[in-house]
Amino acid sequence: MANVLVFIDNPGQALKKSSLELLTIARSLGEPAVAVNGELSDDVAGTLGAYGAVTVFRPSAADLDDYLVAPKAAFLAAVADKSGATTVLLENSPEGKEIAARLGIRLSAGVITDVVAVDADGTAHKSVLAGSYTTTAKATTAVTVLSVKANMVDPEPATAPGAPETLTVDVPADATAAAARITSREQKVASGRPDLTDARIVVAGGRGLDGDFGPVEELADALGAAVGASRAATDAGWINHDAQVGQTGKTVSPQLYISAGISGAIQQKAGMQTAKVIVAVNKDAESPVFEIADFGIIGDLFQVLPQATEEIKKRKG
Amino acid sequence: MKIVVLVKHVPDAQFDRHLSGEGHTTDRDESILSELDEYALEAALQLAEARGGAKAGNKVIALSMGPAGAVNAIKKSLQIGATEGVHLTDGALAGSDAAATSLALAAAVRHLGADTPVDLVLTGMASTDGETSLVPAQLAERLGLPQVTFASSLEVDGGRVSARRDADTHSETVEASLPAVVSVTDQINEPRYPNFKGIIAAKRKSITTLSLADIGVDSSQVGHAGSWTRVTAAEERPPRTAGTIITDEGDAGIKLVDFLAAQKLL
Ligand SMILES: Cc1cc2nc3c(=O)[nH]c(=O)nc-3n(C[C@H](O)[C@H](O)[C@H](O)COP(=O)(O)OP(=O)(O)OC[C@H]3O[C@@H](n4cnc5c(N)ncnc54)[C@H](O)[C@@H]3O)c2cc1C
Repeated sequence: MANVLVFIDNPGQALKKSSLELLTIARSLGEPAVAVNGELSDDVAGTLGAYGAVTVFRPSAADLDDYLVAPKAAFLAAVADKSGATTVLLENSPEGKEIAARLGIRLSAGVITDVVAVDADGTAHKSVLAGSYTTTAKATTAVTVLSVKANMVDPEPATAPGAPETLTVDVPADATAAAARITSREQKVASGRPDLTDARIVVAGGRGLDGDFGPVEELADALGAAVGASRAATDAGWINHDAQVGQTGKTVSPQLYISAGISGAIQQKAGMQTAKVIVAVNKDAESPVFEIADFGIIGDLFQVLPQATEEIKKRKG
Repeated sequence: MKIVVLVKHVPDAQFDRHLSGEGHTTDRDESILSELDEYALEAALQLAEARGGAKAGNKVIALSMGPAGAVNAIKKSLQIGATEGVHLTDGALAGSDAAATSLALAAAVRHLGADTPVDLVLTGMASTDGETSLVPAQLAERLGLPQVTFASSLEVDGGRVSARRDADTHSETVEASLPAVVSVTDQINEPRYPNFKGIIAAKRKSITTLSLADIGVDSSQVGHAGSWTRVTAAEERPPRTAGTIITDEGDAGIKLVDFLAAQKLL
């Protein structure tokens, strides 16, 4: 059976859902091994076993987080060599993609990003050109490196859980030589709302909010949704840049995207048009967002959103 | 300082974009300078200007790899203020994936550094067509250089580059020694437009054309032959069509909730 390697960076006290998804995909491709950077708690090791990991590889160094990606890629390349992995799966975060990029060069392996599904033979499915095409791609090399989007499979534990063997792999001596060092890091305060990239529902606001994200936040909270924004809103400083959806912000594919006071410029559409259902609220009937909305309301968001929020609260009782 | 800025000519996102041919590559007929590369160019110009500009020997070289049309991205870069242009073009390059692209670009950067070394390679955060963000990191790995990606601010001082980066859960400051590969976000600056003076001045600036032979790359290392991935199928998604549009008559918020309930989204 082929060996599949999953990279999990700093699992913390419990594995994220996206990591469980990667393990689930890995089992459909072969025998999973895991490379973990950072602390490995007993709980996490247990979950890795429950999800079918046969071997867990850990780096000989504890300072990989002090650098940008390069040493992580070097460690992972060493693990891939040792484990004989023919497929490496990573998270599709900006960092995951960059580790994949450098790993690809180290292993002379084809890299495919933004993967939404993987066939048993390693063929990857993704969408390109702002969601206007769906494509399949395959690496032509002995090893394939894939960064896989979150929420594409339901995590499922293995039928026969095991207790993985833990091995330490030397981080190559030259790994940090050509790496950028992180000199300071500030944690941001968590919003308590779901994470934008993998939220089931996103409520997004644009310039039409005129500085007041209140109506968008209240509707988001009533729906248990994440809050998104157009670039006009983030550039104006009404909300943090992290909330930006679009070409230079986040790509989201939620079940429901509610766009309020956003015109629907091409760069904004690029980030959200693979949402299952799109609702738009805009004063201007000519706004391009109405061309792609499943349900469009021509109206003032300051009337429509609060009314909807009240109604949802009433129905949820 | 000697700065190489990677500029890509990409299909204009304002129009429908298409994949064509056996390799399902992007159709580049209506191409422009990738908007995201304008931020890298602006960052380069600011670094050069802070050091006395071209007069003081600072060079901002706009490097583009691509077919004949890519020269337009270079011309625009020269109009905006780059000091010289380099066009890496060769039939064998067509259809290169990120790995093959980074191989060719790495060879071109080495070639450009043969006389005096390149201090910095600047790129946009992603191309607006492929959108993989793989090339900057792969270029850094191939050149054995540190990479600083997604910089939202940049300072170069005494052989070191430092940058701010913004992630979801944290912001960070990173530092690397030069030479380095740096990709910048659209938060870093406000790119300038070419003005009349710039357009006139660009006519006198040189554009060097390089072939694979010039940079010592064999045609089997690039294009489809040298790519490590292959697109096996591409299907155009049916465009989204408009659904129900209503005008608010005082109850649109309730109708919205009715719609969500009907879609089982509540
Ligand atoms: C290189 C580049 C990258 C970019 N990347 C992104 C990106 O990632 N994401 C992004 O979003 N944009 C991006 N943009 C910007 C994009 O082109 C648009 O400028 C931006 O999306 C506009 O934001 P907006 O729709 O909120 O504002 P506007 O275009 O000003 O639209 C505001 C809308 O609000 C409506 N409105 C106003 N008041 C009300 C009200 N009371 N009730 C209801 N409706 C109201 C108006 O009718 C209008 O349609 C990028 C641009 C460039 C050049």
